[in-house]
Amino acid sequence: MATAPLPGPVSGTARAWLLSPTPASRRQARCGRWFRAWLAFRRNPLAMSGLAIVLLLVLMAVFAPLIADRQSAFLQVLEDRLQPASWQHPFGTDELGRDIFARVVFGSRITLTIVVMVGVIVVPVGLAIGLPAGYFGGVVDTVLMRITDIFLAFPRLVLALAFAAALGPGIENAVIAIALTAWPPYARLARAETLTRRRAEFIQAAELQGASPFRVIATQIVPLCLPSVIIRLTLDMAGIILTAAGLGFLGLGAQPPSPEWGAMVSSGRQVLLDQWWVATIPGLAIFIVSLGFNLLGDGLRDVADARS
Amino acid sequence: MSVSSTEGAAPAPVHGGVGYRTWGLIKRMARSLSSVALTFLGLTCVTFFIGRVIPIDPVLAIVGDKASAETYARVRAEIGLDLPLPVQYWRYLMKVLHGDFGNSVITSHPVLQDLLQVFPATLELALLALFIGVVAGVPMGVLAATHRGRWQDQVIRFLSLLGYSMPVFWLGLVGLLLFYARLGWVEGPGRLDVAFDDIVGPVTGMLTIDSLLAGEYEVFWNAFWHLLLPASILGYLSLAYVARMTRSFMLAQLRQEYVLATLAKGLSPWRVVWVHALGNVWVQLVTVIALTFGNLLEGAVLTETVFAWPGLGLYMKNSLFNADLNAVLGGTVLVGVVYIGLNMISDLIYPLVDPRARDE
Repeated sequence: MATAPLPGPVSGTARAWLLSPTPASRRQARCGRWFRAWLAFRRNPLAMSGLAIVLLLVLMAVFAPLIADRQSAFLQVLEDRLQPASWQHPFGTDELGRDIFARVVFGSRITLTIVVMVGVIVVPVGLAIGLPAGYFGGVVDTVLMRITDIFLAFPRLVLALAFAAALGPGIENAVIAIALTAWPPYARLARAETLTRRRAEFIQAAELQGASPFRVIATQIVPLCLPSVIIRLTLDMAGIILTAAGLGFLGLGAQPPSPEWGAMVSSGRQVLLDQWWVATIPGLAIFIVSLGFNLLGDGLRDVADARS
Repeated sequence: MSVSSTEGAAPAPVHGGVGYRTWGLIKRMARSLSSVALTFLGLTCVTFFIGRVIPIDPVLAIVGDKASAETYARVRAEIGLDLPLPVQYWRYLMKVLHGDFGNSVITSHPVLQDLLQVFPATLELALLALFIGVVAGVPMGVLAATHRGRWQDQVIRFLSLLGYSMPVFWLGLVGLLLFYARLGWVEGPGRLDVAFDDIVGPVTGMLTIDSLLAGEYEVFWNAFWHLLLPASILGYLSLAYVARMTRSFMLAQLRQEYVLATLAKGLSPWRVVWVHALGNVWVQLVTVIALTFGNLLEGAVLTETVFAWPGLGLYMKNSLFNADLNAVLGGTVLVGVVYIGLNMISDLIYPLVDPRARDE
């Protein structure tokens, strides 16, 4: 690292290596670009708090058994039901005497699972439809984009509802239902990105070397599309979380006794007026997490806009 | 509706050739209509598919599990389940086009009749929500654009981010807890107090309008106070979207040279912003508002569940839990059609109000 030429003020540090105006290797240039984006991102306090929330969610999901007692999230202690907040139960207990804090902590695993699953399905599907449409143009483009437009014109939650109803309630089906209605914007985005690079010289160079369309798309175009797709995905996460929670609230998502936040809000409705915390605290968790993704996505977009 | 208005406005005497312009509009309309037809086909394909996927055997539901194999086969043929899939789809499509969604299992009425009965309640809710969203959201967006980067902008940006991030059902519950149970400012769930039921006969199906038409002011106020909270909560969500879009449209306008020119001519900044710049933005906002309205119909499913509001959303939710598939799919098609219709209308209005969008 110290072998690189370092004209920076404090030579020899990692920071100087990253910010070097004359990178010695491709790797250094790439790392430097990411570091500059990070510096721009860091200046935005709202985006940083978004990042903090999302990181917190991930940590909470990973270390759930260390943060809360798994047993008290599921164990029904009817003598202790509907207790207000106390040292023993920081968020009180629900109508079956389960600790709401522990349930919220373990619920983060479900939320994170849904978000990751939807992302894993939606991005490849969107790319698989959008990239060929933009690359080949013509009939392929027309047909693929027509299909996309049709799905785009569907009311999302209602369709997810109908799917969930047909497939039966459950997390997997909720994920499928959401993914089926969430992919079209990615196809459009991928197509638009492809169109702007389609005539670029490096693409032509690759084609002249005999690269197959699949190879050109996979090695040249996909890496260029990924940043905007990831930003879009981050912004979408909030919507996905809200839709999933909505399905859970309606009873079409995760089934009891699993501590899904939307379903927890729903079960707290009966005691809303007297024991407000049962319904409001899981709802607050949904709100904070979706706010976190929105703030993070907003910040990422600002950085990307400033760069382009 | 949009067809006649388009034809009426097309031969406007603008230089550049009347025939050319009319032709362009017709072409645009044809394209728009064909895409609507395609989308509708796609929608019915999906609902048809869902109807086939569902793990309930419709034949078994009719004949019962003690029926003989012949009876089973006969009934299966009667419903048309032995036909090839495309034929079945065609029959389904024809039925849908004639407004026949089958009968609801719960109410035993035709689904369409049920839908038309509950739809006005949702429409009432969504319209007031949209009104709140536009009346508050547009000025907020303008303010954010004119004060870009200052605290007003930050506050408005944060408020709309909050709107984007709130689960609507949770906001509804918190609203009920606070404004109904604790403060008593509004009425609770439902559309009317029991005491006011059946005083006003249905004309439009929207209680606030019906009661005004009948001159029953007490009923009107009761209905209004029931409506206000759910509509405000839905309205807040659309406000978030409208304010954000208005802000970005206005920023684009304020960068234009005509703004500088009108300011240089000595027009008051207030007039430049609210009359000239906003005047140009309305065109784009029409699309946003149409899309918002579609989203409101969706948000209504959750809001209606929270507020026991007897509209389309609650109807669909109840049908869902009683395995009343005809009703669910009928509701899906209805919302889809409204959604597609709104898209089409905004597509057609756009070139009518904005000359720049005509010559492409």
